[in-house]
Amino acid sequence: MKRHLLEAADLDRDDATLVLDTAKEIESALAGREVKKLPTLRGRTVVNLFFEDSTRTRISFELAAKRLSADVINFSAKGSSVSKGESLKDTALTLEAMGSDAIVVRHSASGAPHRLAHWVRGSVVNAGDGTHEHPTQALLDAYTIRQRLGRLEGVRVTIVGDVLHSRVARSNVRLLHTLGAEVTLVAPPTLLPVGVESWPVTVGYDLDAALPKADVVMMLRVQAERMNASFFPSAREYSRRYGLDAVRMAALADEAIVMHPGPMNRGMEIAAEVADSVRSTIVEQVGNGVSVRMAVLYLLLGGAPQ
Amino acid sequence: MAGSSSAAPSNSEARSPAAPGALLSATDVARVVDRMAHQLIEKCARGGGEGDNTADLSHLVLVGIPTRGAPLARRLAARVEAFSGTPVDVGTVDITLYRDDLRMRGVRALEPTVLPAAGIDGRLVVLVDDVLFSGRSVRAALDALRDLGRPRAVQLAVLVDRGHRELPIRADYVGKNVPTSRSQSVKVRLAEIDGADEVLVTEGEAT
Repeated sequence: MKRHLLEAADLDRDDATLVLDTAKEIESALAGREVKKLPTLRGRTVVNLFFEDSTRTRISFELAAKRLSADVINFSAKGSSVSKGESLKDTALTLEAMGSDAIVVRHSASGAPHRLAHWVRGSVVNAGDGTHEHPTQALLDAYTIRQRLGRLEGVRVTIVGDVLHSRVARSNVRLLHTLGAEVTLVAPPTLLPVGVESWPVTVGYDLDAALPKADVVMMLRVQAERMNASFFPSAREYSRRYGLDAVRMAALADEAIVMHPGPMNRGMEIAAEVADSVRSTIVEQVGNGVSVRMAVLYLLLGGAPQ
Repeated sequence: MAGSSSAAPSNSEARSPAAPGALLSATDVARVVDRMAHQLIEKCARGGGEGDNTADLSHLVLVGIPTRGAPLARRLAARVEAFSGTPVDVGTVDITLYRDDLRMRGVRALEPTVLPAAGIDGRLVVLVDDVLFSGRSVRAALDALRDLGRPRAVQLAVLVDRGHRELPIRADYVGKNVPTSRSQSVKVRLAEIDGADEVLVTEGEAT
């Protein structure tokens, strides 16, 4: 495995499978235990460097690092020297000088983790950069699919919604393709990125036509904060055409599952009754996130430095 | 000069008393496992403590250390059951996440940790491994057990004890003591994993 995890393409099929298998072993090793802690990364320091708010991802990484006995430093840009004008590079070098072994970085600029990886000796894990990638989210989604359906090879995954702004979608497309799944994107044409025709996916615009063929429906959040242009006429219209409600859910195959990376806009892209149904894996995804991130931290930091 | 060169082969043999080749054959391995099973039953007949004469195997749990300790534990359990008529609980405990040399080696894939449904609390846990060397694996296994429960006692069974301990750890059941040099390596091959039973001592870097 590479030293950093910056994007889904850093993982070939063997690496990705190793992460998923490792996460499975870690999960079963800790299941039903009173002491949910392993001494594996004792003495290592993991910095959560968050330039963008994300409580759930930060807590997930923090818990993963703590369960492996690493020391965790949470660094949020708000109220730090960054707000006084310090650059990303200087922040990174400061953290490195303080002895961090890994930096988990969330940044609003696409590519920030790549830059960071050039400046530091430790490992860098991308926890979401701009509209680019969010590889650990894709890993936990793949883990959840494998857990529910028992396989990834040949699984038909339909990703619905704002693909243009979605790093979750980008990472998922690449990782799921690597692992042998067939991905279909369904979105309004305005919310598909330029160059999507070169992605290893099928593109469609009609959700009702796509649903009966899907094993997995992954609903993306409508990112209100990024809706700075007229991507669709109104929230109501979006919801009618691309929202997943109980009627649409009934069109799914018996075994099919519904995923959402969270946080959800209930009633917008996903109806409450769908989010709370037995098909929904939304809560499992959160739990699996910790196991997958433990696996990533172990695989990046557990071994000898190369 | 000529004499010294002709004496070279016997010299090298004298340096490594366990000559290259099979140290234990498949038959030897089976015999050794049988003997260890008998020893386990005898020790348990004393209850593992003073003044206790009841043969109580219900407290016994054989816990293998992957990779090759796991099938060894299953074999031992099968032999104990064959000799005593009582089934014995078996488990495995992966120690990778507890190793203190993770920083020195590459990362490795994890193996399952499986414990019997009744757990290990208050029971006699016998750790089973193929080769006892530095003792660091056993220490890691002890750390892992501490997180999994509180056994009444923990003992250690190994197929081969090759010496060179780096920690104050001693096996309770030893299949074969093999004095080795650090430059040698001891390889245990088992049918379940390697297709055949065999113990080899070879010259090469220590493992």
